[in-house]
Amino acid sequence: MSSNAAHLKRIRWRCRRGTLELDALLGGWLDRHARDTDAAQLDAFDALLDCQDPDLWDWLLGHAAAPRADWAAIVADVRRHAGLSA
Amino acid sequence: MPQESYKVETHYYDVVVIGAGGAGLRATMGLAAKGLSAACVSKVFPTRSHTVAAQGGIAAALGNMGEDDWRYHFYDTVKGGDWLGDQDAIEYMCREAIPAVIELEHFGMPFSRTKEGKIYQRPFGGHTIRHGEAMAQRSCAAADRTGHAMLHTMYTQALKHDAKFFVEYFVTDLVKDPRDGRIVGALAIDLNEGTLHLFQGHAIILATGGYGRAYFSCTSAHTCTGDGGGMVLRAGLALQDLEFVQFHPTGIYGSGCLITEGVRGEGGYLTNNKGERFMERYAPNAKDLASRDVVSRAMTLELREGRGVGEHADHLLLNLAHLGADVLRERLPGISESARIFAGVDVTKEPIPVLPTVHYCMGGIPTNYHGEVVQKVGDDPDVVVPGLFAIGEAACVSVHGANRLGTNSLLDLVVFGRAAADRCAEIIKPGAPHHDLPSDALEPALGRLDKLRHANGGTPTAVLRVKMQRTMQADAAVFRIAETLAEGCAKIDAVNAEFEDIHVSDRSLIWNSDLVETFELANLLGQAVGTMHSAAQRPETRGAQARDDFPERDDVNWMKHTLVTVDDKGHCAFDYRPVHFKPLDDEVATVPPAKRVY
Repeated sequence: MSSNAAHLKRIRWRCRRGTLELDALLGGWLDRHARDTDAAQLDAFDALLDCQDPDLWDWLLGHAAAPRADWAAIVADVRRHAGLSA
Repeated sequence: MPQESYKVETHYYDVVVIGAGGAGLRATMGLAAKGLSAACVSKVFPTRSHTVAAQGGIAAALGNMGEDDWRYHFYDTVKGGDWLGDQDAIEYMCREAIPAVIELEHFGMPFSRTKEGKIYQRPFGGHTIRHGEAMAQRSCAAADRTGHAMLHTMYTQALKHDAKFFVEYFVTDLVKDPRDGRIVGALAIDLNEGTLHLFQGHAIILATGGYGRAYFSCTSAHTCTGDGGGMVLRAGLALQDLEFVQFHPTGIYGSGCLITEGVRGEGGYLTNNKGERFMERYAPNAKDLASRDVVSRAMTLELREGRGVGEHADHLLLNLAHLGADVLRERLPGISESARIFAGVDVTKEPIPVLPTVHYCMGGIPTNYHGEVVQKVGDDPDVVVPGLFAIGEAACVSVHGANRLGTNSLLDLVVFGRAAADRCAEIIKPGAPHHDLPSDALEPALGRLDKLRHANGGTPTAVLRVKMQRTMQADAAVFRIAETLAEGCAKIDAVNAEFEDIHVSDRSLIWNSDLVETFELANLLGQAVGTMHSAAQRPETRGAQARDDFPERDDVNWMKHTLVTVDDKGHCAFDYRPVHFKPLDDEVATVPPAKRVY
């Protein structure tokens, strides 16, 4: 198995969150972008998954801003896809 | 026998805790603080456990905001559970709530506070003073992050006391000593390394959560697959009161995401395909504000009578556009966003599609109030299974009886997590030697792992999972009569039999979500079968078990706990345990059965 494939599998598992809402939003991002994302963005997503669920939820709802530009880009993509203004 | 030989690393601890939600962390922390060596094994990182979703707070009669007494809390919990709860355990929980919450405060949990610096407490449904005379202010919260704050606080404490965490390890099965049948360990896969591990302990504590994902529409995270209950059934032990599954009236259709009751509190209302406010027919006074079980049942009847909306006429509408954008933004923050994201609707213009949605499993692994797993052996209904504990939603103590009150779930986690740790400290000597297991002890668990890993049938896991979920949603939901339950039993048995034809596509052991989800599906299926058959055999209406063909509670024949075993062929067998009516001591009197009216 290539290290990239193993990395994706690990990230897939870590999209398991404490709430159903985050399962859907973060798992949904991975479903849409697993094929087209580059290594840098995948690393950013991986690091984003280490954040705490209530923070992720606040960022995704737009109640607070994600503290990293590469995270903010992913958050904006999730929001756009969910029909919220990016 | 396995097709290949597996190398298994053995770890010895005084106590092994499986699961790192609120209950598992409280137990782990308590064990370590008492000087026992403790391992906590969890498939996800502790602060990503489903406890994080709990926002409402934790109940304790601190009386910080006015009159309260743990005896009122005791009364509310017995009544809320429709007299199926064990009154000794309920006394224990409500009394111990006070020191357990004060302890959390001392551990550094950031509770919201009053101006005087006391823990702030808010009212919550079903919690009253003086036996229903007025609402109590009993729920202690940390803003809207109570569950997260609790997990974070207890995880930090557990690390401080040197508990050992094995994170992203998936436990497949309990391991018995074949010489005496005692449960002495658990087999786990390290998902990161793909290696196998036997965790041996003088006690095993199951803190694995509920099995909400057995249903199509459920508010639980994907990780809530009732792994401990599945393991217990495979170990040949009985589960208790599985028929009691709590439904929340307003989960978003499709995703299951919860729309809080506060929406109806602010004036939101439900309609059917004729645009009719149907709750006026079912509850002329309370209408849309009737209790959860009443609203859920009314919605289900509308659907069954063909008045649902949408292509399949399988859901209803929650209207709140009339409230106006200002009320929505100010009083119901987050609702507009949730509805936009998960239903694709603009709540200022359109209603939200909703469906009664599984929210909590009252049933589970039967225990006493020390968290020790109990079984009925001969005429004795309270025989302790040596070395096995269960706590939290995985367990059935039973403190919630037939219906759980809000804010009693976080309380259950903390009180019984603590109780299990205390009990272990009483009966286990730190560092006591472990018996080496005979070489064949791991054979059943390894054989099963090997079989599933190489499963090469024709049914993908995700396909069978949806079949199970749709079957449970159709026939083990809110509307229950003998005819539909009999159909449901036949259908769920057929779905369960299809597991023999399962197909796992990934043969590796590293981050193999497909394999883990297959193990989880097996765990869910056992409890799905047990739930459907348990509902079919109980001919009465009590709490969450609402039988339209038996609309009354039958205290003469059915004020007892259901015990169900599900064998490896999927056959159920039933037995019963009496409800404990006597409280622990004379500090509080038994609440005698009465009609449950609010």
